[in-house]
Amino acid sequence: MNRFEVLETIGMINNEKLDIRTITMGISLFDCADENPVRACEKIYNKIVSKAKDLVRVGEDIENTYGIPIVNKRVSVTPISLVAAASKTDNYTIFAEALDRAAKETGINFIGGFTSLVQKGFLNADRILFNSIAQALSTTERVCASVNVASTQAGINMDAVREMGQIIVETAQLTKDRNAIGCAKLVVFANAVNDNPFMAGAFLGVGEAETVINVGVSGPGVVKAALEEYKGADFETIAEVIKKTAFKITRVGQLVAKEAARRLNTNFGIVDLSLAPTPSIGDSVAHILEEMGVEKCGAPGTTAALMMLNDAVKKGGVMASSSVGGLSGAFIPVSEDLGMIEAVEAGALTLEKLEAMTAVCSVGLDMIAIPGDTTAETISGIMADEMAIGVVNNKTTATRLIPVPGKGVGDFVEFGGLLGRAPIMSVNKFSCNTFISRGGRIPAPLHSLKN
Amino acid sequence: MKLIVTVVGKDQVGIIAKVSANLAELKVNILDISQTILNDKFTMMMSVDLDESFSTITDLKKKLNILETDMHLAIQVYNEEIFNYMHKI
Repeated sequence: MNRFEVLETIGMINNEKLDIRTITMGISLFDCADENPVRACEKIYNKIVSKAKDLVRVGEDIENTYGIPIVNKRVSVTPISLVAAASKTDNYTIFAEALDRAAKETGINFIGGFTSLVQKGFLNADRILFNSIAQALSTTERVCASVNVASTQAGINMDAVREMGQIIVETAQLTKDRNAIGCAKLVVFANAVNDNPFMAGAFLGVGEAETVINVGVSGPGVVKAALEEYKGADFETIAEVIKKTAFKITRVGQLVAKEAARRLNTNFGIVDLSLAPTPSIGDSVAHILEEMGVEKCGAPGTTAALMMLNDAVKKGGVMASSSVGGLSGAFIPVSEDLGMIEAVEAGALTLEKLEAMTAVCSVGLDMIAIPGDTTAETISGIMADEMAIGVVNNKTTATRLIPVPGKGVGDFVEFGGLLGRAPIMSVNKFSCNTFISRGGRIPAPLHSLKN
Repeated sequence: MKLIVTVVGKDQVGIIAKVSANLAELKVNILDISQTILNDKFTMMMSVDLDESFSTITDLKKKLNILETDMHLAIQVYNEEIFNYMHKI
């Protein structure tokens, strides 16, 4: 064993906040469908509790054995619209409440899968789920909801986009006593993935195994620390440094994922090659971009820096894991990244620049607080723009926008814990009402004649 | 299970002796020791084998924690596999 390698690893864990961000157990709920909604909820609760009862303990054991922190233990389930479709009821809030009870019983901090997939059209069940989202997010604590409204194959379901704008406003109103926290647990996707371990957008898609372990790694601090040794070096050099660092980070994820799957007697799914920030010092993606040489995140050059970072992370990570999936890339959630928060406060980072950045990295306009008086149509407009970027680029994008009632630009909102704190960002004042009111579907884009 | 034990702190008489004695009490076998003074600090890395021992990694950590406090050291215990995974292709 080489002493420097040992010291490097220990330094990453102790000083640079290398951790496993989440071990997420995917649990299929297809066999819980029942005509009687109360019985269906009972089956759902029982299945989650029986499959995930050891998840938290196993996570802690692995943490103890390998000395690597595992921040979150979570569960993702089959989209509830597919499971609840068999039940005779016109409100799915009880399903969310069953998920919440199961989450509390197993000790996990979030459960994802109060989900609808409506990129091309609505099932009756999707209509019911849409109508239940705001209430479900206000009466539960740990349930996360997500909706896929667009895909490269199907285009953008603009009816769903319009409705989601209204649902976000409604959710904000119903949870206004808690800074609209309901909206922090609601993601709108284009090209959602079936094996995402990260909340709030995790669900276990169709085509996945009965139960599966997906792992999300972290480590922005490790990448930043590695780059600090290469001040002034050219881009080939720093791309190599990032690749090597990403390899090391991902290897730890691979080790933990395989070990967790073995101990829980289930399948190893994927490692998500992610750089996921937290609000704590030394754990910021924005600070990596600044280390590369932009004065503040959002300055000219930021999109190019992020593109290189994201690409190098994937190149380094792919070889480190036998199975890669999920969202895989750098995340830029504003409220969960100290450097992003600072950049917004300094006036360097705007919503429009963030939108450009989402074209070259993982996910999208994530954890962005906007003024409480933003209209549903404007929210739908921002959402439609973001979906367009995902659909045309054949990648996942998403929005997690939080219109905080009673707050305006210049105010701050605290969500607490990993969700962090966010400055309210300014939104373009011009209207898109006529555009959004059209409805229908934006057709799928052409995939040849590319220029 | 092979573990890496690292010990860092102010140099003083008896660190190796006391760490080794603690390991011996739990029947933890020492495979390799490397020790140096790094930035004025005593820095030791031990490779140890837990297979013959009756104790778990948790017991070992608890025992070393007491020594850590008594001698004002920083002692950490890791499963060797994490280093193999990270640094060997």
